[in-house]
Amino acid sequence: MRVQERIIEGLLRLSAVITIFITAAIIWVLLSESISFFSEVSIIDFLTDKQWTPLFAEKHFGILPLVAGTFLTTAIAIAVALPIGLTIAIYLNEYAPARFKKTVKPLLEILATIPTVVYGFFALTVVTPFLQTIIPNLAGFNALSAGMVMGVMIIPMISSLSEDAISAVPRSLREAAYGMGSTRLQTAFGVMVPAASSGIVVSVILAISRAVGETMLVAIAAGQQPRLTLDPTVPIETITTYIVQVSLGDVPHGSLEYRTIFAAGITLFVFTFALNNLSFWIKKKYQEKYD
Amino acid sequence: MTNSEKNRLKDKAFQVFGVFCTFIGLVVLAIFLIDILIEGFTRIDWEFLTNLPSRRASRAGILTAWVGTFWILILTSVIAFPLGISAGVYLEEYSKKNRLNSFLEVNIANLAGVPSIIYGLLGLEIFARVMGLGGSLLAGALTLSLLVLPIIIVTTREAIKAVPRSIRDASYALGASKWQTTWNQVLPASFGGILTGIILALSRAVGEAAPLIVIGALAYVPFVPTSPTDEFTVLPIQIFNWTSRPQADFLVNAAAAIIILLLITFILNGIAVYLRNKWQNKVKW
Repeated sequence: MRVQERIIEGLLRLSAVITIFITAAIIWVLLSESISFFSEVSIIDFLTDKQWTPLFAEKHFGILPLVAGTFLTTAIAIAVALPIGLTIAIYLNEYAPARFKKTVKPLLEILATIPTVVYGFFALTVVTPFLQTIIPNLAGFNALSAGMVMGVMIIPMISSLSEDAISAVPRSLREAAYGMGSTRLQTAFGVMVPAASSGIVVSVILAISRAVGETMLVAIAAGQQPRLTLDPTVPIETITTYIVQVSLGDVPHGSLEYRTIFAAGITLFVFTFALNNLSFWIKKKYQEKYD
Repeated sequence: MTNSEKNRLKDKAFQVFGVFCTFIGLVVLAIFLIDILIEGFTRIDWEFLTNLPSRRASRAGILTAWVGTFWILILTSVIAFPLGISAGVYLEEYSKKNRLNSFLEVNIANLAGVPSIIYGLLGLEIFARVMGLGGSLLAGALTLSLLVLPIIIVTTREAIKAVPRSIRDASYALGASKWQTTWNQVLPASFGGILTGIILALSRAVGEAAPLIVIGALAYVPFVPTSPTDEFTVLPIQIFNWTSRPQADFLVNAAAAIIILLLITFILNGIAVYLRNKWQNKVKW
């Protein structure tokens, strides 16, 4: 009996510990291939060269154009998702009747369950042609349309995490504000949002991390031309798209071109890892404890 | 206008803006679904579902893609569920508060935030290269299993957490061991929640294309996979391939395939929501 219990506990613990091996394997894979990459390409060129052309005859290995592309689509997505998502969170908490909230929330969640290739199709075939009627010189592939659709995709992430944060603020604070004669708007922005600010910041950071790692949407709609620009109307390339582009082609294992995807991958991993841990840290340090 | 009137006006204005924002997401969703339906619905027929891929848009079908998708779902379930549920059970029922276990928790939260394409790079190197599985179904399923593992662990833990202490105490009082209590009391009581998590994990896996492309899954597979070591394609990759072609006929095919993919995703999510509601209503501690 005892022995059997021990064996079972050991097996259960093993499956939990496997998660550590997964992290270790990710870091090992990214590091080992990147180290071989950086033995051939100087890390200074990688960080400062303004061109990324590993697949051309004249090779340049500057990651900046890919980082710029990633930054651009992410910034546009957050510019769309933050105001809308936060307003939804405040509206559902402070204004909307409970019944309305109960119906709308699951409907908004649908936005988060749709596969991202589908969003890519939508950005390319509906949003871009529509935007071209307003901005005539908009290219067929562009950061604007991809970023905006990505913004719609992450609205439920910001709205539901912010809403959780706002509804965790105790009723008494809200009632105190009403008691002082505040309107709902003054209560929301004067009391509730500041009290829930750490949770809201966390929701935004997680949304940024999600947008940075988003792949299929930008691979379909934003283009495959690495370019150091902040112009949202021209084709660009994100870090993730580059990895997909190389994977679709015929790049031999062990070549320098093959290793570029791991160098791009480790750059992406560093960004998302830093963002995720920043959000854990904020959550731990600044979360208001109400009892 | 007095100050208080001004404030009231602002309050009303924000209310209107709030309704507007809430509906903008829903309206986009509606436009999007209607557009896809108009574009792709008439393309769906028996032949579209049973034809092999083809260079001619009108003859191309999604047989290999949906068979590949089902293979991937089944293999991912077989690999990820036992592992994820065991890890969740360990962390919630067995682990004590110590350094290793708090590190495990932070680590799982971190894994949940790793972009899916990074899992693709991991799968490419470990499963496709080192283990020599290449771009096979097994390599794809292993990669996706790692991807959905954090989801399963987190939802399993939440489901187990909802089981009240008294159930366990009653079981121990009758002389049951830790594992007997977990297996006979805790797991059945949290079954609904765990199942919900499993289905959400599957609905995540079914829409993934990026990690599978990275490990070497192909868009053009001229045969139906029959064993886990066969090459494969899945619906999202097929959609991506058709979307990136210039001919309009292929876009129609993509729209039709999207309808099928969304159908699978919505059915999975619908089951999850249904189970969650059913269990929440049935079990009252």
